[in-house]
Amino acid sequence: MTILKLEGAAEDWHLHLTGDWSLAAMAQIEAQLKTLPDTLQGTLVCDWSQAERPGIGPAWALLMRLAGLRSAQLDVRHTGNPPHYLDLLQKLKSDVHALEAAPHLEPSLERSVENLGRWAVLRGGEVRAVIGFFGRIVTVINEAFPRPRALRLPSLVRHIYETGITAIPIVSLIAFLISVIVAYLGAQQLNRFGADIFVVDLVTISVLREMGVMLTAIIVAGRSGSAFAAEIGVMQLNEETDALRAMGMNPVELLVVPRVLALIIALPMLTVIADAMGLAGGGLLSLLNLHIPLPQFISRLRESLSPTTFWSGVIKAPVFAVLIGMVGTYRGMQVRDSARELGRLTTAAVVESIFLVILADAFFAVLFVQIDF
Amino acid sequence: MPESAAVPVIRVRGLVSRFGAQVIHDALDMDVQPNEIFGIVGGSGTGKSVLLRTILGLRAPDAGTVELYGKDLQQLSAADRSALVRSYGVTFQNGALISSLTIAQNIQLPLREYFSASDKTLQELSELNLALVGLAPETADKYPSQLSGGMVKRAALARALSLEPKLLLLDEPTAGLDPISAAAFDELLLYLHSQLRLTVVMITHDLDTLFRTCTRAGVIVHGHMITDTLEGLLQNQDPWIHAYFHGPRARAAAGTAGDAHG
Repeated sequence: MTILKLEGAAEDWHLHLTGDWSLAAMAQIEAQLKTLPDTLQGTLVCDWSQAERPGIGPAWALLMRLAGLRSAQLDVRHTGNPPHYLDLLQKLKSDVHALEAAPHLEPSLERSVENLGRWAVLRGGEVRAVIGFFGRIVTVINEAFPRPRALRLPSLVRHIYETGITAIPIVSLIAFLISVIVAYLGAQQLNRFGADIFVVDLVTISVLREMGVMLTAIIVAGRSGSAFAAEIGVMQLNEETDALRAMGMNPVELLVVPRVLALIIALPMLTVIADAMGLAGGGLLSLLNLHIPLPQFISRLRESLSPTTFWSGVIKAPVFAVLIGMVGTYRGMQVRDSARELGRLTTAAVVESIFLVILADAFFAVLFVQIDF
Repeated sequence: MPESAAVPVIRVRGLVSRFGAQVIHDALDMDVQPNEIFGIVGGSGTGKSVLLRTILGLRAPDAGTVELYGKDLQQLSAADRSALVRSYGVTFQNGALISSLTIAQNIQLPLREYFSASDKTLQELSELNLALVGLAPETADKYPSQLSGGMVKRAALARALSLEPKLLLLDEPTAGLDPISAAAFDELLLYLHSQLRLTVVMITHDLDTLFRTCTRAGVIVHGHMITDTLEGLLQNQDPWIHAYFHGPRARAAAGTAGDAHG
């Protein structure tokens, strides 16, 4: 469809605008504007009489195109009932300065070294900030000894409820199912040696030492770590944390410490529940699948347990809790300006806390073997 | 009020809005004629924003009809409704610019969604819209969080203008602005109104804006809307309206507006 028709010669040109000149036809208008010769000069009369539904955007594109023509001596006039806003657009056109393109930086060895250095400094700054954040939490807790109100008991209780009590069903279910799976698959292997009874050892040691606490920590990192980051992040976006600071209150004391402390209390509790459910799952499978009666299961369980087996799992829980709680609240406090940041940092909080939990668990595994715990 | 020959841009009839047992609008009627600037006034909690959301089709009326250009929003198919919605521009109270996009990208967002155009043209169009609302071209590459309150309101207006609407709906356009910025915004609105021949509906608490810009206003009282010219509303004997238009702030605003009109 023709939208532009250029007629005339030498110094006298006519531009007929026909057909749909609304925003909807922008692509065609743009393409046809490109075909205008760059060398027009003299007078150009734009005839709007056949343009249908002329839109502001297309009119602007036309003006910009005509202004971009190489010859400065073009005298443009508009006839045929041009749109009423054309005068406004022409006035604006003289005001708008073309944006200068940002100088394009060539990649070079020097620049990549520079970028590497900048990255290292940024990371270094972040490590310092994390240590500072940990320090502020410790300071608040330290100050809370002579002033128990600083512990914010109601807030603490609410967070224990939200991170601990409400997580009991999902933690129980997963611990139960995983230990059933481990016992079932272990039984298949041990059966070949006629060593069915060692399924009890397998379940007991794996659940109490590792799986109970790890599963719980990973579930809590997904549930509560993300919730911490998102809650505090939205408060940051709404300037609520700034409001607290402006009223002389410490957001670390009000928002961070109750959450971290609540996790330190809730995670060991959840771990004990996960341990119990895991043993129950192992016992049930032994009974139904391997026909080991419950009394025999329990006596075998007693034999396989050393005094430290239970504690070597539970003792890790508060450490994991600190990691999850700190990462979640720290990432939340970092949220600035935009909704995208909130999503990015919430994701980072979960990924990093799970990573740190597994890293810490590896550290504990080596430590416990070395000290024979 | 006599019926005008022209089809009203917005025609609300018998609108009822309820939240549980609480009735916000009780048989509310409203007409907005083409090419006028219509102010919506009311106390806090009288449902000004709810009315705006209903007109926008973001909320279904509990009873009654909302017609835009003679078409009932609720009766339209999804595609027709989308087309109709595109024909009006909206600004929200806090700007509601997408925080992860630059101002230019915010303005280009609806253009990209509905029309195909090259990046260069989109760039030109966003420059045009920024120029229309009086923002410097350098603003284009900034993020909403880097702008002042007044600039955010203007940028939101630029985005609302990007689809070349015939109708503009503004929620508290001057709230939170200093008097100079607010006055400049009033002038901008009048300028755009005259140059682009827009119909404007705005919710406002700013009496200066109301007297400076609006040709008519509707006051929401007891779930109904009382529509009149500003002179008429000044004479109205309803206690709330009287208090609203004859408070200490209103007298000052009305006085200066009288000078401006006179």
